[in-house]
Amino acid sequence: MSDTYYDPADLPKFDSVGEDAPELWKKFSQWYGAVFAEGALSEREKALIALGVSHAVQCPYCIDAYTQAALEKGSNMEQMTEAVHVAAAIRGGASLVHGVQMRNVHDHLSM
Amino acid sequence: MTAATQSLRWREHPLASAAAQRDRLHALGERYDFARPLADAGLWPLRAVGIDVLQINVGRLCNQTCAHCHVDAGPDRREVMSDEVFEACLALLIDGGIGTLDVTGGAPELYPRFRELVTRAAEAGKHVIHRCNLTAILLPRYADIPELLAQHDVEVVASLPYYLPKQTDRQRGDGVFDKSIEAMRRLNDLGYGTGGSRQLNLVTNPVGAFLPGDQGALTRDWRRELQRRYDVTFDHLFTITNMPISRYLEFLDDSNNLERYMDKLRGAFNPVAAKGVMCRSMLSIGFDGAIFDCDFNQMLEMPAKTVHGDDAPNITTLAPEDLVALLGKRGIETAPHCLGCTAGAGSSCGGAVT
Repeated sequence: MSDTYYDPADLPKFDSVGEDAPELWKKFSQWYGAVFAEGALSEREKALIALGVSHAVQCPYCIDAYTQAALEKGSNMEQMTEAVHVAAAIRGGASLVHGVQMRNVHDHLSM
Repeated sequence: MTAATQSLRWREHPLASAAAQRDRLHALGERYDFARPLADAGLWPLRAVGIDVLQINVGRLCNQTCAHCHVDAGPDRREVMSDEVFEACLALLIDGGIGTLDVTGGAPELYPRFRELVTRAAEAGKHVIHRCNLTAILLPRYADIPELLAQHDVEVVASLPYYLPKQTDRQRGDGVFDKSIEAMRRLNDLGYGTGGSRQLNLVTNPVGAFLPGDQGALTRDWRRELQRRYDVTFDHLFTITNMPISRYLEFLDDSNNLERYMDKLRGAFNPVAAKGVMCRSMLSIGFDGAIFDCDFNQMLEMPAKTVHGDDAPNITTLAPEDLVALLGKRGIETAPHCLGCTAGAGSSCGGAVT
């Protein structure tokens, strides 16, 4: 057991999650691989999306993995920073848009 | 231009010694032993299949001092190929029936007999590759070289790590990117990189402790961005993995990335790439006539072995046909750095190998 909840050395052990549910792990791995393969979007574009989502879900393993993947796929820091801003904007916007709900409640209660 | 660094030799850094570099890699432990994955792939011992390419390193002198240079080249380096070795290289190329001459350095243009080397090899009907840093051909003393290269349809393989200035200059020195684009325009004006016989191929080494991406996908990005932003063109993009030696080894050590990088190389071992490694079909010659399996082994001072298992003789000491007989099917000398050529899609002087 490590002293912290997140340990960089745990990332390469990701596949150990499959040890007690091998069929589910196999399905996940195949699907995961297919998701990130070049398709209508390039692998580089998908890595940038994954980097943004990693920040939205605040997963340090994912941020480590997809910062590296984005660099390997040829992205630069300007593009990667914009991807993080997209994630931040969606998170901020998601909070703010609930202001409409606040307004609805306010209007319902107010004279 | 401002240099990205100074040579290890100039700084009297311990890693200036090839033995120190070898020791550093071996000290990482047996898990980076190259023989093990090769044996698992049924490729041990690795043997040469012939000599299609003669790569000659004409010296360490360079007008740049790039942060990742595996040669530890720079303006302070003065090693240069002697006339005797020069003639022996041409004799081996021509009389040994080798099809391709690959000229590297340092900046090969700065070698006093570069023009003669290119001309004689091309006139003998050999395919000539010039490994170019793009900025040397802008120096006034070497401004005639692009025309000479064009005259002989020499293939130019030019280093450009990224299609933007920031990343390129961080690896190669301030101002290098702008000069590189100027040199590419000059080469484009001569018909290079425009889809004809004058091939201009770019090389990208990652600017950091990560592997290069898919060569085809990066080619599309480089082509689009270089055309759109700077109106320059090229024929192919070669992705080359940085080898954990010399100044790149220093960077990995200083940034505490060495083991992680080695793990990445080892984890990405690809048997198909291992089968196609360039050392199986080339010879590398040092400025002093010493013979190696590749330029990386040359920098680590790991001499090639003959088919009998002895150290290869100096190129000046034997006739071309005897050298070919002794070295054509030799066993290849390997060490942990070789994992760099077998990771992912593989890496060679011609880019990915799969």
